Amino acid sequence: MAEETKEKVVKAPKEKKVADPVAASMDLATQIMIKRAQELGVETVFDRAESMKPCNIGIQGTCCKNCAMGPCRLPLTKSVEDGPDERKGLCGATANTIAARNFARMVAAGASAHSDHGRGVAEVFMSVAKKETNDYKIKDPQKLIAIAPYLDVATTVEVDGKTVDRDLDEIALEVAENALNEWGKPSGELRYLKRAPQPLYERWKKLGVLPRNIDRETVEIMHRTHMGVDQDYKNLIKQCTRCALGDGWGGSMLATDLQDVMFGTPYPLQSEANLGIMKQDHVNIIIHGHEPILSEMIVAAAQSKEMIDHAKTVGAKGIQLGGICCTGNEMLQRHGVPPAGTFLQQELAIITGACEAMVVDVQCIFQNLANVAKCFHTKLITTHPIAKMEQENVVHIEFDEHHAMEDAKRIVKMAIDNFKNRRAEVMIPRQKATQIAGFGVESIKYHLGGTFRGDYYTLNDNIINGRIRGIAGVVGCNNARTRHNEAHIAIVKELIKNDVIVLTTGCNGIACAMEGLLSPETAAVFCGPGLAEVCETVGIPPVLHLGSCVDNSRILLAATEVVKAGGLGKDICDLPAAGSAPEWMSEKAISIGHYFVTSGVYTVFGLHLPMSGAPVFQDYMYNELEKIYGGMWDCEADPIKHAHKMIAHIDKKRKALGIDKARDRVLMDMADRQKLEAM
Amino acid sequence: MSRLVAFAAIQGGYNIVSKVEGQYKKALETYSATTKVGFPNTAYYLPVIYSLLGLKVETLEDMKKPLDFARGLLPPHVKGSHHLPYLGPLLDAGMAALFAFEIKEALRYLNEPDFYLHSEDIDQEAGKIWLGAADDTVFRKRGVEFVDGSAPGFAAIVGAAPNPEIAKLIVEEYQKRSLYIFLAANQNGTTVAEQLLEAGVQIGWNTRIVPFGPDISSAIFALGFANRATMAFGGIKPGDYKKVLLYNKNRIFAFVNALGDVNAEWAAAAAGCVNWGFPTLADTDIPEILPTGICTYEHVVANVKHEDMVQKSVEVRGLKVSVSKIDIPCAFGPAYEGERVRGADLFCQMGGGKTQATELVKLAQMNEIEDGKVEVIGPDIKDVKAGGSFPLGIYVQIAGREFQADFEPILERQIHHLINYIQGVMHIGQRDIAWIRVGKAAVDKGFSLKDIGVVLHAKFHQDFQKIVDKVQVTLFTNKADVDKLTKRARDEYRTRDERVEKMTDESVETYYSCTLCQSFAPNHVCTVSPERTGLCGAYNWMDCKASFEINPTGPNQPIEKGECLDTVLGQWKGVNDFIFKASRGAVTHYNFYSMIKDPMTTCGCCEAIAATLPTCNGIMTVHRDYTGETPCGMKFTTLAGVMGGGASSPGFVGHSKFNVTQGKFLVGDGGLLRMVWMPKSLKEEIKDRINKRGEALGYPNLYDMIADETVGITEEEIMPFLQKVGHPALSMPSLLG
Repeated sequence: MAEETKEKVVKAPKEKKVADPVAASMDLATQIMIKRAQELGVETVFDRAESMKPCNIGIQGTCCKNCAMGPCRLPLTKSVEDGPDERKGLCGATANTIAARNFARMVAAGASAHSDHGRGVAEVFMSVAKKETNDYKIKDPQKLIAIAPYLDVATTVEVDGKTVDRDLDEIALEVAENALNEWGKPSGELRYLKRAPQPLYERWKKLGVLPRNIDRETVEIMHRTHMGVDQDYKNLIKQCTRCALGDGWGGSMLATDLQDVMFGTPYPLQSEANLGIMKQDHVNIIIHGHEPILSEMIVAAAQSKEMIDHAKTVGAKGIQLGGICCTGNEMLQRHGVPPAGTFLQQELAIITGACEAMVVDVQCIFQNLANVAKCFHTKLITTHPIAKMEQENVVHIEFDEHHAMEDAKRIVKMAIDNFKNRRAEVMIPRQKATQIAGFGVESIKYHLGGTFRGDYYTLNDNIINGRIRGIAGVVGCNNARTRHNEAHIAIVKELIKNDVIVLTTGCNGIACAMEGLLSPETAAVFCGPGLAEVCETVGIPPVLHLGSCVDNSRILLAATEVVKAGGLGKDICDLPAAGSAPEWMSEKAISIGHYFVTSGVYTVFGLHLPMSGAPVFQDYMYNELEKIYGGMWDCEADPIKHAHKMIAHIDKKRKALGIDKARDRVLMDMADRQKLEAM
Repeated sequence: MSRLVAFAAIQGGYNIVSKVEGQYKKALETYSATTKVGFPNTAYYLPVIYSLLGLKVETLEDMKKPLDFARGLLPPHVKGSHHLPYLGPLLDAGMAALFAFEIKEALRYLNEPDFYLHSEDIDQEAGKIWLGAADDTVFRKRGVEFVDGSAPGFAAIVGAAPNPEIAKLIVEEYQKRSLYIFLAANQNGTTVAEQLLEAGVQIGWNTRIVPFGPDISSAIFALGFANRATMAFGGIKPGDYKKVLLYNKNRIFAFVNALGDVNAEWAAAAAGCVNWGFPTLADTDIPEILPTGICTYEHVVANVKHEDMVQKSVEVRGLKVSVSKIDIPCAFGPAYEGERVRGADLFCQMGGGKTQATELVKLAQMNEIEDGKVEVIGPDIKDVKAGGSFPLGIYVQIAGREFQADFEPILERQIHHLINYIQGVMHIGQRDIAWIRVGKAAVDKGFSLKDIGVVLHAKFHQDFQKIVDKVQVTLFTNKADVDKLTKRARDEYRTRDERVEKMTDESVETYYSCTLCQSFAPNHVCTVSPERTGLCGAYNWMDCKASFEINPTGPNQPIEKGECLDTVLGQWKGVNDFIFKASRGAVTHYNFYSMIKDPMTTCGCCEAIAATLPTCNGIMTVHRDYTGETPCGMKFTTLAGVMGGGASSPGFVGHSKFNVTQGKFLVGDGGLLRMVWMPKSLKEEIKDRINKRGEALGYPNLYDMIADETVGITEEEIMPFLQKVGHPALSMPSLLG
């Protein structure tokens, strides 16, 4: 002790602050690996979060660096709060304008990430439709036929006066053309908007926020937020709405749909989660990023006999794939490949010393991975032309759909060949949990009544009768500014304890899986009695994993299905539902949040939102938006309060629907039956 | 623990499908693939498979598709831990089991043609107590009771009660609530059907206690009955499985009672029934499924005490039923309507040829009668020896501010079924040809003639409260009194008949709608005019008028017929406007007097169906009791299948038997003189009226000119006959114009 103190005294000025593993994460595997990293002298995000604090003004959203007269900083100080708010940038921009412009640029960045992902998928789908690739094909023709009408593509044709099924290749080609067109068509509106409940579509139309095409709305945000253009926060938010809707009901939804068509629509399956899925005696390949275009091929390559045999020749027992972030979720949903961890665990996967290759594509990839990889034998392979790294140890193997399998095999082979190069002592934490994942709009419907009676009404009925209090969508990232996974888990547990069923995507899904919340056995332990009973009846976990962050579009469609099934109002904003992103970090989360809000969902973010420095603007976002869209933003860092804000909103909606009291058992006589509407 | 149910039901599903696949394989080895298979006299093939999958199973080889489909539905088994969701798979496994059951029963009809008795009644002496699938005649006859509400639903009881007394207790409670009771399966070889027989309960369609079969697979007949209702009355197309099942959930109030230990096959069957929204209540300790959703309320309820079974079942199904509380010593309700008093059970009788029995309902002034007064003038049952008979006059006086003389025959007609509702008492006929048989069991319970008065007083008040204020009943049993009443009654009958016969469509400005069957056929609207009684035969214009007075917001609404748009075909503007609204826009117009041009819609519960016979330049009609072939190439049941569910089908029209001889019967197409073929039984039933009507039309021997099945069952066969007798249709203008 004395020695340590002495050491500290001597070295203190130079020693970098390191994270306290227990304070940094609630997950034991993560704690173990942070400690391990520190033992090995490898710096991680957790340590950097200790040594670098966030900018005080940026966090308020009131720093403007959109022109070279700035950056202009407009912090909200005590004197501003007390007196008249006379803060201005050099050009005169108010705190409201600056915060709204910054917010808008986050929406634009987030939407463009999802939508560019979607475009990539659509381009691959086009080459499938044109039969230019052998590696991808249409795996789920049913889904293709199901989405075709929403893209104004006919699925039947008239032949000699008879209606017959249209040729699938023809449908595929037209779907591909119309889908790709959505990014840049010169006129009209996004076709998918009509999938929303009718009153919601009408509301958007009346407000003039129907996106015209996916790309244009992003470009327009960049224009409007340029120095000296749009200086009315309300008008800026209107454009944010267009752009975000173009993400949720456009780029993201198209990405999800076309991925399902090509790679299969997910159905429930069993898998595991956390770093413990890596195997000491296997070649471990971790795939990190967002697009399944890459991972689908690597899964296929890794499962091929050729590669497995090759792995055996180097002394491995096999090949273990694992995912990080949403690529992990994509592989999980369709193939049961276990996620090795959430966003914040990406460096730790390498630090196990057992990661032969980490293959990355786009979004949420730490540049520090390259620095970590340097300390081990791990090959860090970038695959996307828009996402490279400056460090020299990074291998770039560009992945293109025309040579997809070839590229995938090359990557897998590189990983296998690297097995023998393991250096430091391997240390894989034992922690992993079993999960049931693979839910989606279609599979939930099936599981609510089977082939013949599958219908969201089963869910609605149990919401109406009060067994289920409401629905929550809890999604989003991790953020090293808060204890890893703690808010995710605390909020989800509080919700299910209060009989709120949770739909999850992204890193929240992985976090819940790691904590065992995606296992059906959880229901009896953590849920309120009503939700537990429903989970037991259907055989589901109380938290349903719907996939990656583009798959938030599945939540929009699930909500729409709930509206259509009846009994819970006419619009998404009537539903006893709320959204949450407890540990948000990326700009994508802002875009997602805004399309949920403007689709009618009360959406609460954790940590902070970059608008606290502009109280008038913040009030507009937290309160006024509800009158316009039926949904609004909110922010609450305390997980329990956060959950109860959502529950209070759910209760408000239950009251409005008149389902806040116990439902009477209605006994029908003949006269009642005569009054029934025809089907 | 739904997981355990899922586990068992999925296992059960595998067992059942595998066994039936084996039986099917064996059948293919025994018979040729083209061998005809099916249930007797039905146009709905294997009705569950047909209604849900749209597949017509007519031959042995046709069974392959649905059986393969059932195999494909079987989900993976449920794991012990970290299992996948199982509700959907559970319901699918149940459905697979039910498809297999239906095939299994069809194979039984093939392998053991005499296993089931094709009848409405059992033949206990011959040991034939299992009735198997309801044929379409039974289905339509009984189906109408579901449509009009006289049967609120059905209880499917599987297994056996611990003893016959409990079986009787449960079943009689259902009977009192007017439900049908369908019996299937056994428990260690014992069945409820056999227990009821042991306890002296009459079983068969007539007492609403239907012994389908001794195996669990025979429970499929209950579902086949329900699904035919969706197609015949609901107009839902075969293969539209979602609608078929939701129709059942919303409109057919059925449920399962599982008596005794539940095995995996029962679990599969119960899971299958949940698809229909039919819950299961068990008397044993099985895992419960309480959340709602697929069923309206709970799905599986366990540990139900036998004395609570009936009340709990109707509550779980969400059904409101009333028990007629009438202060008589015998049980009372529609379930006893069809019960017989056979020779051996007979204690005494009135009427029926041996003595005179007459019924008369008359309007009385308010101060003239005393409400609730029931007087027996002359000897009562206690005064006669067993096997005796005596005359009876039932004289009912009714006073009410809204009561009119026109309502007298309507209330009088109720006497028939109201007396029949008394357990152990049977009523046949009406007016001055009534016949009442009283069973020993009723007399043992203390039944007296006064109880008839009690029943009529109570039920007239209950059913006609809007028009009835006071009811007094006098029962005469001295010959002189009865003869005096009979003489007076006959004068009354004559006056009434003349009044009704004189009434024409032109003589009234108001017709009445009848949407009674919208509980089952949501788009169907009948319009009843004086010369076109309702096609179900149950409601004439006067009935509808009374019904409206009794219940002004009920299913019979007055329609101002308004401007006549076509005098020949019988079309009125007011009627069109009304039906457009009442059919929820599905029907814009129809003609009263034509079957060729936009005929009236049919709900599926019509008594008879007329069809064109172009070669003969005439028409035919067939009633639902006739199961044979007809010259139009279709049996009644096929015809009804083609046109039920509220559709207007040119070339065909549903009508009542009585309507055939009404003045306006299809006059737009040439009227009764077009009639070239009728089943013999129908012809005989309405012989007097055909003669009378024929005479009025100038063909006094029309009756003899109409061909029947003894002449032929094709147009070609009957044509020479028509030519020989010089049938008027042959010289009429071309039927199809």
